Amino acid sequence: MISTLFRAKIPKTALFGLVVVSVYALLAVATPWIAPFRESEVVGGAYMPWSALHVLGTDNLGRDMLTRILYGGRNTLGIAFTATMITFLIGMWLGLLAAVTGGWIDQMLARIVDMMMSVPQLIFKLFLLSLFGTSIPALILIIAAVDSTRVFRLVRATASGVAVMEYVEVARLRGEGLAWIMIREVLPNITAPLIAEFGLRFCFVFLAISALSFLGLGIQPPMADWGSMVRDNATLITFGDITPLIPAAAIALLTVSVNFVVDWMLHRASGMKD
Amino acid sequence: MKSILKLVAMRLGLGLIGLLIVSFGIFFAVEALPGDAAEAILGQSAEPETVAALRKEMNLDRPALVRYGDWLIHVVQGDLGRSVATGRDISVLIVPRFSNTLFLAVTAAAISVPVALVLGMAAALWRYSTFDRAVTVGTLTSVALPEFFIGYVLIFIFSVKLAVFPSLSSIAPDMGMGERLLRTILPAFSLVLVVVAHMMRMTRAAIINLLAAPYIEMARLKGMSNARVIFRHALPNAVAPIVTVVALNLAYLITGVVVVEVVFVYPGLGQLLVDSVASRDLPVVQASCLIFAAAYILLNLTADVVAIVSNPRLLHPR
Repeated sequence: MISTLFRAKIPKTALFGLVVVSVYALLAVATPWIAPFRESEVVGGAYMPWSALHVLGTDNLGRDMLTRILYGGRNTLGIAFTATMITFLIGMWLGLLAAVTGGWIDQMLARIVDMMMSVPQLIFKLFLLSLFGTSIPALILIIAAVDSTRVFRLVRATASGVAVMEYVEVARLRGEGLAWIMIREVLPNITAPLIAEFGLRFCFVFLAISALSFLGLGIQPPMADWGSMVRDNATLITFGDITPLIPAAAIALLTVSVNFVVDWMLHRASGMKD
Repeated sequence: MKSILKLVAMRLGLGLIGLLIVSFGIFFAVEALPGDAAEAILGQSAEPETVAALRKEMNLDRPALVRYGDWLIHVVQGDLGRSVATGRDISVLIVPRFSNTLFLAVTAAAISVPVALVLGMAAALWRYSTFDRAVTVGTLTSVALPEFFIGYVLIFIFSVKLAVFPSLSSIAPDMGMGERLLRTILPAFSLVLVVVAHMMRMTRAAIINLLAAPYIEMARLKGMSNARVIFRHALPNAVAPIVTVVALNLAYLITGVVVVEVVFVYPGLGQLLVDSVASRDLPVVQASCLIFAAAYILLNLTADVVAIVSNPRLLHPR
């Protein structure tokens, strides 16, 4: 009964997205047990063709391609998830603070964010990477700092609508503290857009990490990741071999799937019939 | 009319202040790092006296604010300083690459803007049709595709399988226009694919928003023809949102260009920026970031100004 109800409500695209995301998560967790070789183990010559032993052949340094793809997914997903969490921690709390307190704190934060957003994101990240170098903690913090401006904007906009409601006024008169109002009064009323934003933000962060790695400025070797795998093995494409496109397609499939799911959630939250 | 000029002037002033703040940030973020250019050039093993002498020669011994002023004046005059890695004049390095990047971006814009506007309006007019639904799915997909994926798929199809376009876009200044265009076509096409769906979707939203307005319904109820409703009533009000859509996406082209240039080994500013970040050649990074940021701010500014100027309510104040 419940399952039929569920199936009726979820559109096909969203269902497809949910399945893909679950498979990715499962593979990322299980990688150390299912990968045929170790992450940076050199197992043969460079650019070996597809075979029974090396299902997808070997890469430019003679490492097993399938193993690298599995570990690459695990690394990129883990780093993207961490970066998105930190992005939200910064953006959400500052946004709530700005919306609930108002006044000069709100004005100051909003102006700083305006300024940060007047520079294109990728350029901003490249600039910060040139200052702080390309370690993984630096990468995560830089992405979190730049992307949190977008989360701040959204949270401030949605939360300031809630912060003027009567029940918040009542809470204030009751003498509740700032933290109570932020967490108990405002936050529960903006969860729907926040969850959708989390999905979208994860996509953007994931794409940003892949792009930076592709440019050679993100996740550094010998760690595997999808962006740099495409770059390292791009020569194969000019010989008509599509193997280097697999990690790129893996990125595309994941982000498309998350987008499908988010689109459905936004649709439901807004009650749109469009 | 006066109020419009005032609004435009104010917006321009705000843009200028924004640019000034960005330049300030770019200069002082580098300033805050430990070590300075003199140490970077001479290396860690240099004698303190030599470092001090070079510092004096490069004017690094003067207060940071004074040096910021000097730097800004030189930048405005077109002197961007010297590269730490090669010692070459940055302006000489950047000018040809910047013109290459502009050529690529303009080619991409010339294709994507008309295509996106026409398809977007079509999607808005035939809402909920199969075509409209295809546009929606296409947008969701294209927003999620990494630029390098699109680039390599194009290389695979058009230069490996069909062998019609070159996969590497090495262009030289002495090349003819036709040859140049031929080598630019694949990177430009990748950029088109990156922005066109999004631009289309935003155009569709702007038009639908407009068609839902009461005065459009009024026009229809008066019995006006469909064409008259759209061209006489809807379009004048649609200029502002559409220009905003176009400018926003052109601004997005600016960042898309970085990745696409690396895919096709196109000798543009984006590639230079990536190389300089990798070698931590900070003066070049500062100069390229400033140019990218200025272009971005300028495009957003243009969108705002056009939106102000094209607003019928502001043009005919009561």
